[in-house]
Amino acid sequence: MTAVIDKPARPPGRWAAPPRPVWEEAPSRTGLAGKGLVLFLACLAILFPLWIVVVTSLSTRKAIDEAGGLVMIPTDITFVAYQELLSGGQVTRAALVSIGVTLVGTLFSMTVSVLCAYGLSRSGSLGHRWILMVLLATMFFSAGLIPTYLLVQSLGLTDSYLALILPSAISVFNILVLRGFFMGISQELIDSARIDGAGDVRILRQIVLPLSRAVVAVITLFYAVGYWSAWFNASLYLNDQDMLPLQNVMIQLVQKQEAPVGLGQAIKTGELSGLAVQMAVMVMALLPVAVLSPFVQKHFKKGMLTGAVKG
Amino acid sequence: MSHSTVPRTHTEAEPKENPPAAHGGATGATGKRPAGKLGLRVRLRRDRVLLLMTLPAVLLVLLFNYVPILGNVVAFQEYDPYISDNGVVSILHSPWVGLENFQRIFEDSAFWNAVQNTLVLFFLQLILYFPIPILLALLINSVVRPRVRAISQAILYLPHFFSWVLVIAVFQQLFGGAGLLSQILRDHGYDGLSLMTDPETFKFLITAQSVWKDAGWGIIVFLAALASVSPDLYEAAAMDGANRWRRMWHVTLPALRPVIALLLVLRVGDALTVGFEQILLQRDAVGPGASEVLDTFVWWNGVRNQDFGYAAAAGLVKGVISLGLVLIANKVAHLMGEQGVYKK
Repeated sequence: MTAVIDKPARPPGRWAAPPRPVWEEAPSRTGLAGKGLVLFLACLAILFPLWIVVVTSLSTRKAIDEAGGLVMIPTDITFVAYQELLSGGQVTRAALVSIGVTLVGTLFSMTVSVLCAYGLSRSGSLGHRWILMVLLATMFFSAGLIPTYLLVQSLGLTDSYLALILPSAISVFNILVLRGFFMGISQELIDSARIDGAGDVRILRQIVLPLSRAVVAVITLFYAVGYWSAWFNASLYLNDQDMLPLQNVMIQLVQKQEAPVGLGQAIKTGELSGLAVQMAVMVMALLPVAVLSPFVQKHFKKGMLTGAVKG
Repeated sequence: MSHSTVPRTHTEAEPKENPPAAHGGATGATGKRPAGKLGLRVRLRRDRVLLLMTLPAVLLVLLFNYVPILGNVVAFQEYDPYISDNGVVSILHSPWVGLENFQRIFEDSAFWNAVQNTLVLFFLQLILYFPIPILLALLINSVVRPRVRAISQAILYLPHFFSWVLVIAVFQQLFGGAGLLSQILRDHGYDGLSLMTDPETFKFLITAQSVWKDAGWGIIVFLAALASVSPDLYEAAAMDGANRWRRMWHVTLPALRPVIALLLVLRVGDALTVGFEQILLQRDAVGPGASEVLDTFVWWNGVRNQDFGYAAAAGLVKGVISLGLVLIANKVAHLMGEQGVYKK
């Protein structure tokens, strides 16, 4: 189809199409309309379900009953479901657990990954090929669920939040992306800092990291989303219901249709819509991700490409 | 950190000047020597900070990726988890049974059912899922208005960052027994239906969920490949009289070919992994007959039934076949003249 050519003779508005190169034929109206329609439908398929979830979570019991279940058009807005969920109790605790694990886990993963990526990014350093091979090989095999489960148990991590962080703390792929980016930083810059007496720690902190904000943002998002979305390790290693993170509570609520502990009464007596409560929990799970990821979006392509598959 | 003034090999690639000998004293003289000729002790001293930096990650990988490989010995045991809380102690005291677990697996119809479901899902996703990101990328790439492009990309990428729990919850609200589709059908006098618990359509449901969640994200690799095509090629093709479609056929698609080949290789290498979390979350609702895949088979027998030796044996079978598939897929890619995952 069309090639995008940046020749901004006059700066076009961001909604306007940039000028077409002379050799390109004018797009046909039907073609444009067809493309627009497909794109619109694709976006609608993603946004429409989310819209329903959000609107229903904000609807009163009356509005939900009148709509016969899910609400498509907001009529009667209320925040009661959120108020109930966030006023202490199971969901509040689960949300705090998720936030805590995500913050601590992401910080830990990023620290370990950035250090490792930098440690491997200086060509000619002792043993970096060997270490790289040890890391890369893990992308070809997996030890298996059962041995990993037995290991985590043997380490005494059961019923500890460490079980949600340590076993999945680093992704080799993420380290490779960071490393690829670090390797692209001008060697002269690093050499001159070294000549000025800076050691590796200082070079990493004051030169490499400030130059790598884009990729660091992307990888931070990847790790954070990983921790926020995780539920499987919690289901394996945590026996205490009170320790479960938000995703696991959402499974109980939506899939098993259980009312959150403490709210069952309010739902039975009709003050609160069970459906709105489900939806509110779903909104709580999607909100942080939906708010943060578009900010990092412009860096995705760069982050995904550099060094993804570089020996 | 004066030790670090011994240069690493990069300076030999661009032999401009030695670091000033004034700093760090004697090391300046060794400046152009290739790393291989430096003594191990000198290099160790020079690079010890770098090595220390990699240490935490290496330890984590060794502990959680390599050490558990040894745990696969339970596949040859009748592992008894009640001997001790410590798995190592249990392994040491559990009786060895040779290949008995493997024999049991190959005689177990539930295992073959899982194999069949896994393969059917793999092919279904290959046919119904794989082409969608390519088509979407071509579509997005043809959108020239920057704002439209950025907004639609943001929307299409979004579901990738949702958890499987959330994605399935969303599908449940749409297609479950009490979901939107049932609601609309009932309003119009039909029976409601629950696609979420229907074994007949389950595999299509799984594929649809994967498309909803990840097809948008999948375009990113293709967009990058498309962005790297020189506009001159399009111009030259147009000069030679190629219209839109012919330009796409002769310029755009060849540019995508290596990426498509690479992703295909990766997918085939990963053929036996068809969405573990996603299927596990819905296993109870649909029943194992339609939903059991190899990964959930391992989970069910090990974690649920505490038959660890048996589950580990099934996992080992899957792991070994998967490793073989990756290597074969790479070989094929090399034969086809593509780069594959690793270089030859």
